[in-house]
Order: sequence, then C-alpha cells, then structure tokens
Amino acid sequence: MEEIYAKFVSQKISKTRWRPLPPGSLQTAETFATGSWDNEENYVSLWSIGDFGNLDSDGGFEGDHQLLCDIKHHGDVMDLQFFDQERIVAASSTGCVTVFLHHPNNQTLSVNQQWTTAHYHTGPGSPSYSSAPCTGVVCNNPEIVTVGEDGRINLFRADHKEAVRTIDNADSSTLHAVTFLRTPEILTVNSIGQLKIWDFRQQGNEPSQILSLTGDRVPLHCVDRHPNQQHVVATGGQDGMLSIWDVRQGTMPVSLLKAHEAEMWEVHFHPSNPDHLFTCSEDGSLWHWNASTDVPEKSSLFHQGGRSSTFLSHSISNQANVHQSVISSWLSTDPAKDRIEITSLLPSRSLSVNSLDVLGPCLVCGTDAEAIYVTRHLFS
Amino acid sequence: MEELDGEPTVTLIPGVNSKKNQMCFDWGPGEMLVCETSFNKKEKSEMVPSCPFIYIIRKDVDVYSQILRKLFNESHGIFLGLQRIDEELTGKSRKSQLVRVSKNYRSVIRACMEEMHQVAIAAKDPANGRQFSSQVSILSAMELIWNLCEILFIEVAPAGPLLLHLLDWVRLHVCEVDSLSADVLGSENPSKHDSFWNLVTILVLQGRLDEARQMLSKEADASPASAGICRIMGDLMRTMPILSPGNTQTLTELELKWQHWHEECERYLQDSTFATSPHLESLLKIMLGDEAALLEQKELLSNWYHFLVTRLLYSNPTVKPIDLHYYAQSSLDLFLGGESSPEPLDNILLAAFEFDIHQVIKECSIALSNWWFVAHLTDLLDHCKLLQSHNLYFGSNMREFLLLEYASGLFAHPSLWQLGVDYFDYCPELGRVSLELHIERIPLNTEQKALKVLRICEQRQMTEQVRSICKILAMKAVRNNRLGSALSWSIRAKDAAFATLVSDRFLRDYCERGCFSDLDLIDNLGPAMMLSDRLTFLGKYREFHRMYGEKRFADAASLLLSLMTSRIAPRSFWMTLLTDALPLLEQKQVIFSAEQTYELMRCLEDLTSRRPVHGESDTEQLQVIFTFGLMVPHGGGKRLPLSQASPSLQKHWLLWTHVPLFPLTCVIHTPPSFRRKSGILVF
Repeated sequence: MEEIYAKFVSQKISKTRWRPLPPGSLQTAETFATGSWDNEENYVSLWSIGDFGNLDSDGGFEGDHQLLCDIKHHGDVMDLQFFDQERIVAASSTGCVTVFLHHPNNQTLSVNQQWTTAHYHTGPGSPSYSSAPCTGVVCNNPEIVTVGEDGRINLFRADHKEAVRTIDNADSSTLHAVTFLRTPEILTVNSIGQLKIWDFRQQGNEPSQILSLTGDRVPLHCVDRHPNQQHVVATGGQDGMLSIWDVRQGTMPVSLLKAHEAEMWEVHFHPSNPDHLFTCSEDGSLWHWNASTDVPEKSSLFHQGGRSSTFLSHSISNQANVHQSVISSWLSTDPAKDRIEITSLLPSRSLSVNSLDVLGPCLVCGTDAEAIYVTRHLFS
Repeated sequence: MEELDGEPTVTLIPGVNSKKNQMCFDWGPGEMLVCETSFNKKEKSEMVPSCPFIYIIRKDVDVYSQILRKLFNESHGIFLGLQRIDEELTGKSRKSQLVRVSKNYRSVIRACMEEMHQVAIAAKDPANGRQFSSQVSILSAMELIWNLCEILFIEVAPAGPLLLHLLDWVRLHVCEVDSLSADVLGSENPSKHDSFWNLVTILVLQGRLDEARQMLSKEADASPASAGICRIMGDLMRTMPILSPGNTQTLTELELKWQHWHEECERYLQDSTFATSPHLESLLKIMLGDEAALLEQKELLSNWYHFLVTRLLYSNPTVKPIDLHYYAQSSLDLFLGGESSPEPLDNILLAAFEFDIHQVIKECSIALSNWWFVAHLTDLLDHCKLLQSHNLYFGSNMREFLLLEYASGLFAHPSLWQLGVDYFDYCPELGRVSLELHIERIPLNTEQKALKVLRICEQRQMTEQVRSICKILAMKAVRNNRLGSALSWSIRAKDAAFATLVSDRFLRDYCERGCFSDLDLIDNLGPAMMLSDRLTFLGKYREFHRMYGEKRFADAASLLLSLMTSRIAPRSFWMTLLTDALPLLEQKQVIFSAEQTYELMRCLEDLTSRRPVHGESDTEQLQVIFTFGLMVPHGGGKRLPLSQASPSLQKHWLLWTHVPLFPLTCVIHTPPSFRRKSGILVF
C-alpha cells in the first residue's frame, strides 16, 4: 500500500463510487463518482484515474485523479449509486432523488430523471410541507429503492414517473441504509439497531423479518451483503462495531467485532474477492479486513514463537476452517477472530472518512478533510 | 488598552448610505450584522421605508477562497502532527522534527500558490485574473517570511551555515533566472544573446558560481580574444572558498582562506586585468563586495534582501546572526536610497532580521488578510519554546489568541467548522468554552450532520451540548410526528422530561386509535425503559398487551395490577387500566385471585375518592363487576355459575354482557359505551 494518492478538492466528500465495468471487461476501474455535502453548493462529480499524468508535461503525478465533469446538486449528497454505465442515482438531504446521465462525448452531466418529493414528513401539497432527507439508495436495474429519515421506503423504476411502491411508516426511526438481499427482497438498517428484511411481493407495511442487536439499540449506519453468499450480511454501527449476520438463522448477529472508535459509515465486501472487507469511520480510519485462510505470516509467527503445541492446535483448527471457508470465512465463529488480519490503509487519521468503494485492485475513499484517496494496488 | 498600531480601515457597505441613515449592528462570533434603522429624532411622524436588507459582514474573507480551502485542510493535518510531537524529545531530534514540520507547511503554501497561479493565468475575466494574481503574491510573501523565520528561529543556523541558508532562501524566491537561463542556452549562440551578461551577473549575484563559470566558458569559446581573461575569471570563481555542509573545516580556517582569495581578487582589480571587458570587471567588483557595483545591478537584484545576501556573500560570508540586523537595516537604506519608503513586507523581514518575533507576528497580523499564517507560524514558534514569556493583557497567551481567532473564522464558514474543532482542542485556556459557544450554532439539517456534531461533543464530555442537540432533534421529530425518532433522541440525551412528554404522546395516540404505533421501538426499549416513569409505564403497558395477545392471562393480570399499585401508571390512565381488567375477569378461568380483586377495588375506590364528581355510574358499574369477580370459590377452580349469584348481580351482569369488553381501549375518562348504557342502569 505505498501508492495511495491524495488530492484535496475543496469540498467535503460524502460519497465515492466506482463506475461499474462493462460485463466481461478485463479493464481495471478508471472512473469514479463523488458527492459532496455541507457546502454552500454541492456537486456530483466524475473523476478519472486514467493516465492523464503521463500527458502532463511538467511532471504531473501519474495516477493522480483528474476531474472529468461535475454538476450542481441541490442539498447534501446523502448517497450515490451507479445505476448503469452512464447513469448515477443521487439521494439528497432535500428528500429528492435524482438520476444523472453522463455524456462521455462532451464530458458533461445532465439531469436525466428526478423524483423531487421522494421523502417527506408532511406530504407535498399540504401547506406545512416539510421534506425529509433521503439517506440511502440502492439500484438493481431497472429498480431503484430509496430510504429516508421519514422511515419511508420507495421503489422506483427508471422509466416510471411515480413510485412503483411506497411503504409509508416502514420504520418508526430513521432508516440509514438499504441493500438488495435477493430480488425482490431488500434489507434496511435503522437508528435503533435493527435489520429488517422486506419482501416487495408482500402487501402491507410490515417487514418479513426483524433482526436486532441485543439490548443497547446501537444505531446501524451501513449494510452490505456478501456478493456470493446472499445470507451473509455485514453491518456497521454507531459504536464502530462490525457485525456479521446470517439472515437465515437467528435474530442476532453471528459475530460482533470491535473495530473503529466512532461511527462506521460504510462497509463493503470486496465484490470479487469477498474474503476481504473494507470499512471506514468517523474516527478518520479506513480498514482492510482480510479473512482469507492463507495468511502465511501468521503460521510462521507461531513457529518462531516456539509454541509448537499452540501451533498444532491452530493448524488443526485452520484445517477445519479451510473446509468451513467454503461455506463462508465470515460465519465461522471463534477461530475466525484470530485469523482476520486488519490493516489500516490511511497514513494519519484526522477527520471522518465518509465513504469508500472497492473494485478489482482499486479503492477510493473520501473524507471530511476534503481529500479523495485512491489506490490502484490494493493487494500488492 | 494599548494604543492603536494604525488607523482602522473603513469598510463601505455597498447600498448603504451611512451619511443619510443611522445604522445598527450586532456582533456574531465571526461575522457582524448591520442594518439601517428608521430611528430618526426629527421626523417622528414620517416613517420613511428604509433599506430592507440586513448585511452580513465577514472579516475573514480568505476563508471563502476555494483554493485556500486546500491550504486550510492540508495544514490542519500538519498542525495535528505538530501537536502530537513528543514533548520529551529534546535537542537535535526535536529540532529536526520542527524543521520538517515547517518545511511541510511551506510546501503546502507553495502548492497552493502554484495552483492559484495556474488559475490566474487561465482566468478569462481580467478582474478575476488580477484578484488571483494578487493572491499569488500574498502567498508568495507568506512563504518568503515563513522561510526566513524557519532559518532564523527554528533552524537557528550559526555563522557560516547561516549564509548558505540565506542564499538558498534568495535563490528560491528570485527564480526568474531559471527561465532566463533556459532562454539563453536554448538560443543558437548563447554568448551573443541579449541577456547573456545579465544571466551571468544574476548567477554571480546569487552565488551560483559553477553555473556562471560554464557560461563564461561559452564566451571564451566564442571570442578567443577574451578567452584568457575569461579563464582567469573562471579560476577566481572556482577557487572562492565556501563552506560546504559536509566539510569539517573550522570557521577560522575558512575566514583565512577567504581573506587570501579576496586579496587575490583585489590584486586583479588593481592590475586592471579585466579593463578590456567592462562586463568582467563589474563581475569582479561584485565579487569583491563593492557596494556601488552591487547597487548598479538594482534591476537584477530586484529587492533589498537579495542585495543584503549578495553583499554578505562577498564581504562577510561568516556573518554572525547577531550582526544580521545591522546589515539588513543598512542594505534596506542603501537599496531604497531614500527614493521610496519601506513596504509592510520590508518591515516584516527587517523585524525578522532583528530577531523580534513579536514584531514579525504583529506586522503580519496587520498586513495579511487571514489568520491562517500568523496562527500557524506562532504555534510553530511556540513549539520551539520561543514565546513562553509573552502574555497578553487579555485572554490567554498570543499563540492561543491567534489560534482562537483562526478557528472562529473557520466556524463562521458553512463547511470548514470541522477543522476548527481541533484547533480549539489545543487551546488549553479558552478553547473549550469557545467550542461550546460555536458548536451550538451549527445548523443541523440532517441527522447525519447532527451525529457528527454529537460525536464531537461526546468525545469531549460536553454533556450540556449533547443534551441540547438531542433535544433539538427530538423536538424536530415531534414536530414531524416522528414519535419513534423523538423517543430515540430523548433516550440518547437521557432527557427524562422529554421522554415523558413523548410517552404521553404515544399513550394519547393509543387512546385515539386503539392501537400502538412504532412497536418496533417500544417492544425493544430494554433498559432504556427506566429513563422516566412514564416511559416505563408505556413499555410495561405494551408488554401487558403482548401478554394478553399471547393469552398469558395470569401474567398479564398481575402486571396490570402492579402498574397501578406501584403507582407507575399515571392516574389519568387508571380508568383505562381498570376497564382493561374487565375482559380478564370475564374469562372462564379464574385469573385475578381474591386478593388481587380486592386490590383492584381499592384502586377503583382510590380513584373515585379523589374524583368524586366524575363518571359516578361508570365506577359503580366497575364496582359491581369487581364484586362479581370476587364470587369465586377460594382455591381456584371454576367460576360460580351465574344462577348462584344474587338476583341484582345477575341483572347487572346480563346488562353487561352486551357491552363489548375487549378491546375497551378508546377511553380514558368517560367510556362512551358506558355512557350509553348508564341511562338504563338504575340501582
């Protein structure tokens, strides 16, 4: 991780997302989108990490990311997702959901579609109309699901003007994030530590399943589903804890891992290498969790320590885990804990790391210190 | 009060005629509000509509520059790193750390300056371009001052190395020579280029003698006639003794060698060796430190501090730090020659050469349009233990005063406030109170932002602010009819009063609708339930409903009773609870024991004795039913058949069976169903 590029961009970054690669493509990621928050004017921007640096005559840094284009966004960008190659869905603190279209020919962004009153406390049309921030969005072409502080869940379709389905009062508290479990099921996390599964086939506004942390009602801020094993879900909470859940069984997390010192804002499984997981936090740190079984340094460490008996027992349990890891390296309980290797990716911590995204060997993250960090060599 | 250092500047507010109208103002933490008033003594009757605007006047405009934001953000990290430098580090390692920090600050200024320069060039609007250019020159001056302070105060270079540092300083800031050099060398015949001798002279003025020698060799190649004297000049340049960083020779040795070399140069001048080439002769005079010859090159020197350094290089290369101020003052005087008066920058540099740190900071504060520079420089110098003795007559010491000013400016900005927090943290005396004052003024438009502010407060145990933020959010949620959210926020704030208020809202909604909302929260209150009695009651009452729904009647009954006997239930709710008891009495199985039924009756009596006027018939009916409930053979078993009851009870019972018993939930004081029947029920 020597090559991590930082660039100060004069706006607090709330979200960073890689543009998905065309299916079957062998390229590495080179374009990402960012959203800003808490500025007088907020922007959705597209950046390229292509080899602009080489063209730069006076020694511009190779790998430094360059702004492709940007567009003004009304309100804070609360969430950002690529809908497809060209379209980006942005969730706003004004309760508005906007689809932006990227025109690669002349490098511009334009508004493609907009649902201005997706989230609200008091309905549009009423004189006391008050909007509610939209906190999360998830896309699965052609569907877009949004959640908000109003506890509402909206299901949109890219080609429909109105919401296809709305669940009012889906949650009594704020919904913080949403992800697809398997169509047509979604998963939401809220500010009282609950994980709810919703099935759009069912009518009514009751979730099909509620899972929760015990007792403390620690708010959950982010959720991500294992890319291959759809029942494995990771969430991050206000206390910085990482929770791994098996939604098939039980109503409690399979494991709780002490992680950051403040709010965990995002958690992501590596899309193609799901034994690796990435988290970022308000405490200004960005972590890489490696749960793959082949961590050679670990076993050699046991050798050097001369604790042959411990080594033996560990190697046996490792053997068992090799088998288990076929199921999931994240669900194995106790021995897993000492197998997970955690690396901190940012050199010095200061202000919050609000968002991160991983794609192939590339990682991008954005901070309140108005910097965007990019690395193209995650696993070197 | 100390006397003013200068006349305060007048800021005219566009659109306000201060001669015609009176104005009023109010101070904010980083801004000032100004508006016209319609107050006028003479014309009381006539109300002239005045200017309808309120003006916000910001004092720290640089904070709003997009490019300078990068400076603020990047230097914030360096500032934090500096605060964390181990206090126990001493001597060399500490000094090298501090120098490294200082260089980091400077490189951020330079990066900013370069970007500003690019923007200035690219600016389409000339006015804009001028503005950026002036920013570039301000940044450049900042870096110049900082660099000098670094050499004199942080590096504390001794005689000898001092001059090398000063030479680097001048080379870094008078950098036109590089483009000139490229220009000349790029031409077909360098030695015939118009600027050839200018270039050689500049190189000599900057002490870059190796490069000057190479240029001379080109001249020698081009004109064989002067090849001889060029070689002699080249030799003089080559043999000039200088202190190299790796060299171990002592200062005295150096001085001795330098003296010899100087005498040699002197001899060549007296011999008129270079009389044929005025260019070379003037170079020789420069190398002899001849002031008049140096002053002839004013254009090329471009400023007095370059003159100072060149003069020292060729007349007193082992100048002691303590003598600097004498040379500086005289160089300034000689260079300006009484034609113009010194600019603020000149005064600042002069103060630095005099080692008057406070004067440097004071002059910078007056001259520069932002607090960034003085705050960071003072902080760094304070870490070098150079400012300990100085205390202000107000507030804390100077370092803290400047940091507070800077941080307040950041807080006035809509999005840079997060940076300000860390600066306040490192102000031991007034940082905390300042933070408390500022943090409450951050507008909270989303919960996420509120969470960030809360985290800041919680990390610093600012309980009062935590409470107030949670309360604001809870109030907002109540206004938006988000009771679940409101309750969560009051639980987080541990605000019992507000939790009671929200619980009451929940109970009222329940009474109106007959069902609970937000079950996902109420069912999962856990230990938070203990926050307020009303919240406990809400949680427990909901638990009763759940037990009833699960047909755990005995548990439900005793819970219901305990809610009243423990006095957790608000008295206004007792009637509802008592009617909730009815269906339990209705069950075939005996649920309330005799003792519990007596308790129920006592509760009822308690209620009626305190509220004698209201709903007499209702309570009477309840009394009847509870009495009926008592007609149970002790030791459990089946209820007595109705036929065995007294005739009057039988009558009442028959009437009652028409009454829907559950859910009897839509009433507190006067159940409508009771009202309806009460006409018939005459005892």
